[in-house]
Amino acid sequence: MSSSVLAASRVWKRYPPAVEALRDVSVDVAAGETLALVGESGSGKSTLLRLFNRLEEPTQGHISIEDRPATEHEPVRLRRRIGYVQQDGGLLPHWRVEDNVGLVPRLLGWDAARRRERTLALLELVGLPPRDYLRRFPAELSGGQRQRVAFARALAAEPRVVLLDEPFGALDALTRNELQEEFLRLKTRLRPAMVLVTHDLAEAFRLADRVAVLRAGRLLQVGPPPKLVAHPADDYVRALLAHHRVGAA
Amino acid sequence: MKRADCFLALAAWTLAAPLHAAGDRITVGSKNFAESRLLAEVFAQLVETRTELSVERKMGLAGTQVCFAALQNGDLDVYPEYTGTGLVTLLGAPPAGDATRTLSYVRREFLARWNLHWLAPLGFENSFEIAVPRALASAHHLRTISDLARMSRDLTAGFGHEFVQRDDGLPGLRRIYGLEFRAVKQLQQALQYQAAAAGDIQCLDVYTTDGRLVVHDLQVLEDDLDFFPPYTAAPLVRGTTLALHPELGAVLGLLGGSLDAGIMRRANLRVETRGETVESVARDVLADLGLVAPAPTRSAAPRRDHLAAFMWSERGSLARRTLEHVGLSLAGLVLGILTALPLGLWLERRRRIAEPVIRVLGITQTIPSLALLAFMIPLLGVGAPPAIAALWLYAIFPIVRNAYTGVRDADPGAVRAATALGMTERQVLRHVRLPLAVPVIMAGVRTAGVLTVGTATLAAFIGAGGLGEPIVSGVQSVDTIMILSGALPAAALAVVADVLLGRVERGLQPRGLRGAG
Repeated sequence: MSSSVLAASRVWKRYPPAVEALRDVSVDVAAGETLALVGESGSGKSTLLRLFNRLEEPTQGHISIEDRPATEHEPVRLRRRIGYVQQDGGLLPHWRVEDNVGLVPRLLGWDAARRRERTLALLELVGLPPRDYLRRFPAELSGGQRQRVAFARALAAEPRVVLLDEPFGALDALTRNELQEEFLRLKTRLRPAMVLVTHDLAEAFRLADRVAVLRAGRLLQVGPPPKLVAHPADDYVRALLAHHRVGAA
Repeated sequence: MKRADCFLALAAWTLAAPLHAAGDRITVGSKNFAESRLLAEVFAQLVETRTELSVERKMGLAGTQVCFAALQNGDLDVYPEYTGTGLVTLLGAPPAGDATRTLSYVRREFLARWNLHWLAPLGFENSFEIAVPRALASAHHLRTISDLARMSRDLTAGFGHEFVQRDDGLPGLRRIYGLEFRAVKQLQQALQYQAAAAGDIQCLDVYTTDGRLVVHDLQVLEDDLDFFPPYTAAPLVRGTTLALHPELGAVLGLLGGSLDAGIMRRANLRVETRGETVESVARDVLADLGLVAPAPTRSAAPRRDHLAAFMWSERGSLARRTLEHVGLSLAGLVLGILTALPLGLWLERRRRIAEPVIRVLGITQTIPSLALLAFMIPLLGVGAPPAIAALWLYAIFPIVRNAYTGVRDADPGAVRAATALGMTERQVLRHVRLPLAVPVIMAGVRTAGVLTVGTATLAAFIGAGGLGEPIVSGVQSVDTIMILSGALPAAALAVVADVLLGRVERGLQPRGLRGAG
């Protein structure tokens, strides 16, 4: 456990009056590892993700981040050290690409020259030539381009942890495939610890080192894709595998 | 004037100025009907020609309560009042006694309670009377109010708002004469005559000296049970003003007993239906009494047959009214923005109380403007301050509502991402919510702007000027041309305000949102 960057241990999350979003969930993420959280909507996967940058607090149980209890991290400072990508990109529509990518470095007080250098490098990295895109507003980009900018923004301050909440969910199939390729390249190059929320098991198998299946707030099974295929924990996981045509039918 | 004369005049003025300290200006007010304006103008001109005092006019104040409150707190020094009104409305006493006893009673009480003086009565009474169309009167042999009571259940009456409320009006008539109608419509005084002419109403309250009694074929019914108290007209003056300027009492005393009902009826008629200005009629009245020199040449009355010609002839005063109007609206709007914007942002942080607070603020929109203005008078007197305060109150609601919802509902995706990436709440507000809410906030400001310009016409009721002035006097004298001369510029101002605020909105809108699709 001491090598894990993120860990949830026996975590419950209840919303009054009677919703149990997470029930006794324990899971951890090692350095450089990508963990996928898979489940239907309402399974608790996004709630679990948000515990790791303190957008949510557990009702019961413990979260630890880089071997320290989450409660010892000041939330705002913590979030600036953790990359975050959400489904719709969440770019600030009144800021140019340049300012969006430089958001976290600016919050961290980097000087302008360092910010700019970093922004240029990142845009190159996500495949958007800075010369063409630096000065654009989000409204002047396609959906795929916006999501590339969102990735660049998440990586700007060289975070060791990146949280991704259905980052490919709103894209058409072609663009999604293209961006997933890009994701794998970035992953092997930068090797941050990542948590990827998705409802698409095929996507999880393709992008993650380990996959956690959640249903109605409970963690059903967690393990590397081959292990899930070989030993599905129960009928639900088996049906899920069959439905997404991954592994043996 | 030659240059030397100019110089002398200037020098004389400069020398005289320190001697003429602050107290040398007195304020004359009137209620919002023609006779009150006319009498006030007579007072004003007499004081201007016969004393060293200069006069400020606050004409057309909305009713007895407004005038009286203004007199009490020193915003007015003098206005024409009627003893019956003093007795019933202001002292709350039951109507009783003849004219002489009523006068001495109100004199005694006003002096003791408020140090206010009733000067010499002007010489006429202007009581409420009940009138019916002459044809109806002769067909049913109506001579007295008692006669009317026998058949009033078949009639529709049109009474002034004040008459319906006052104890010496309809409630008392009901009690004393048992007068009941099929229906009672509440109408502006000036509109009653039109309604009667159109046959919409068959019975109305009139004043003894109303010139329109002559024109419209109306029969005044005798008050056979002596219900209506005597309404003797007299100047009502502050005691402190009289002590400071005894000459004021002396010159207004010159009017004592000199205006009879006939003179007043003819003078009122000239103002009410012939469209002559209050100033020129007042001047003629004073000249006929030998109190001021006759006007050297009868100043040609402004043309009233053609709107454009009339507005051109009145351009000076219309320009001044427009400036006043812009000033009032702008002051109200700017104050509204300065208070409502921070309030809206604060409420966004206190969501639980936000909706209740906004709902309470919404009530301000339902307060009738006249009532709101009337509430302001005890606090702020008459003139611009209460008008601006009222406009400010009206402007707050649309701005608060839009600021609150605009900031609350600003692009949720952007807000979530900004928070998740480590912006503090304050940074999210400043850099994300606020800029994204600009279009919504500005829409609220535009609404408030148009509302303010529209409502500012009511400032005329409390002597704050503006384009409501010609509208209010026009309504009183049923002068469409005069009404339009105020209403058209006011409407144009509202459009201009909307266009200008639209420009500001586009200027403030963050790039990236402009035309983004």
